[in-house]
Amino acid sequence: MAPISTRTFSTPKPIAAPLGFTAALERLAWMAGSLLVLAVLWQLIAVYAQNRYLPTPITVFDVLWRESANGDLWVNISATLVRVAAAFIVSMFIGTAIGLALGRFKTADKFFDAWLILFLNLPALVTITLCYIWFGLTDIAAITAVALNKIPNVAVNMREGARSLSRDLDEMAKIYKFGRWKTLRHVILPQLAPFFAAAARSGLSLVWKIVLVVEAFGRSSGVGYRLSIAFQEFDVSTILAYALAFILIVQAIEFLVLQPLQARVNAWRR
Amino acid sequence: MASLNGANGKNDPIAVNGAAPISVSVRRKIFPPVGDREAQLVLKDISFDVAPRSFLVITGPSGCGKSTLLNIIAGLDPDYEGSVNLGPAADRLAFIFQTPRLLPWRTVYENIALALPSDDPKQSRIAGMLERVGLGQAMNAYPERLSLGMQRRAALARGFILEPEILLMDEPFVSLDEQTAASLRDLLMELWHSHPTTVIFVTHDRTEAIQLGTRILRLAPGKASVVQDVSIDLTEAQRHDRAAVLAEQNRIFAA
Repeated sequence: MAPISTRTFSTPKPIAAPLGFTAALERLAWMAGSLLVLAVLWQLIAVYAQNRYLPTPITVFDVLWRESANGDLWVNISATLVRVAAAFIVSMFIGTAIGLALGRFKTADKFFDAWLILFLNLPALVTITLCYIWFGLTDIAAITAVALNKIPNVAVNMREGARSLSRDLDEMAKIYKFGRWKTLRHVILPQLAPFFAAAARSGLSLVWKIVLVVEAFGRSSGVGYRLSIAFQEFDVSTILAYALAFILIVQAIEFLVLQPLQARVNAWRR
Repeated sequence: MASLNGANGKNDPIAVNGAAPISVSVRRKIFPPVGDREAQLVLKDISFDVAPRSFLVITGPSGCGKSTLLNIIAGLDPDYEGSVNLGPAADRLAFIFQTPRLLPWRTVYENIALALPSDDPKQSRIAGMLERVGLGQAMNAYPERLSLGMQRRAALARGFILEPEILLMDEPFVSLDEQTAASLRDLLMELWHSHPTTVIFVTHDRTEAIQLGTRILRLAPGKASVVQDVSIDLTEAQRHDRAAVLAEQNRIFAA
């Protein structure tokens, strides 16, 4: 009888953390440094220009503090975030469903491809105005408009994912009798995850920008609404203060939610 | 006809616990036309029985349809004329593919565990099986962090953990250096001897065919059918003897 092979193998490397602690710290230091330089530069230019339409960063922080203290900032930001979340979830759901269907059924894909191209190229402003005209100045109209802008994008991404599903792994799952649920959970969804993550990340950045436009156009709350008021008053400090607050929040979501999620999904990659 | 009189050697079908032989009969298998390529006849009038617990090697040059035949036997390709009867063995079938086909997002251990129902008592034997195939240290690693040889070991473990009644293998040791391939062949023999099962093994490597098989079925390109069906009666020692293997190889493939 052949002896069982007893060769030793090197222990595989432990799964590397997405980003080492020191590396993260270094990156943070670079970011802080570069932003500080930007702020100093801005301050110098503003002081030199002495123009009421170019406030200094210190003035902007004052406004930010004031808006935060009287609660306006939080009311508007939370109104916007709720709309962002609603539009994001709706468009991810519908876009994923459409994308998977198109990726799986060739005839449907041939037929709906033209529609997809049409909607992909429809300017956001057109969907927004049409939704407000057809559905009135409501939150439903606002969220529909944003979702309509995002759905084709998600669909295209997920269609790519559905097309690239491995036949080899599907056969393997069939041979080893995985069954429907196990196949979905362990074979299909992990293959779609990177496409979903990509759609989610690009989706969020698109959605929050469009939500602001929608709010400026036809809502009476939210960051977009506040910006449009500030625009009417030529109040540049408030515009910059809100912009700053929003950038901070979106970045926090990116760092605290989306990136860790993506790192977890990709942990198996070499 | 080449069927039915296939080599039984020491594995007489009737002698093994009354287990039924597997019978394969493919009258015709055609690849439909794709683009400007015409329809292609891949297999024609191939029929044979496989005795329980025997090790059948199907060999032939690439393009002779041997992988297609294996997919038909596995039930992965229902589009053919003919019949395949695996009997009760069909419930316990394992397939070791040409590429390892492990789920890259699951650890080696999880990959093996997924091949079993979650309440299967054999779940408790996975660690032992991985130890046996030399992956004791790599159990919790993701497949892509392992060498191809190690991934193939994991694929072997996944096939054998089922304790299959029938084990199909499609060139499972290609793209490996000779030394690694040899150690994997030894491992396969070791596992097969401790868990005897009916094996249908596809390879284009003649030496490998002789070292492993108790019977060889040769397919030829163009003819799309069996050209030779012979048994190999080598002892375990002879299978590790280069000269003996070579002599057998000349005897069979000269014909």
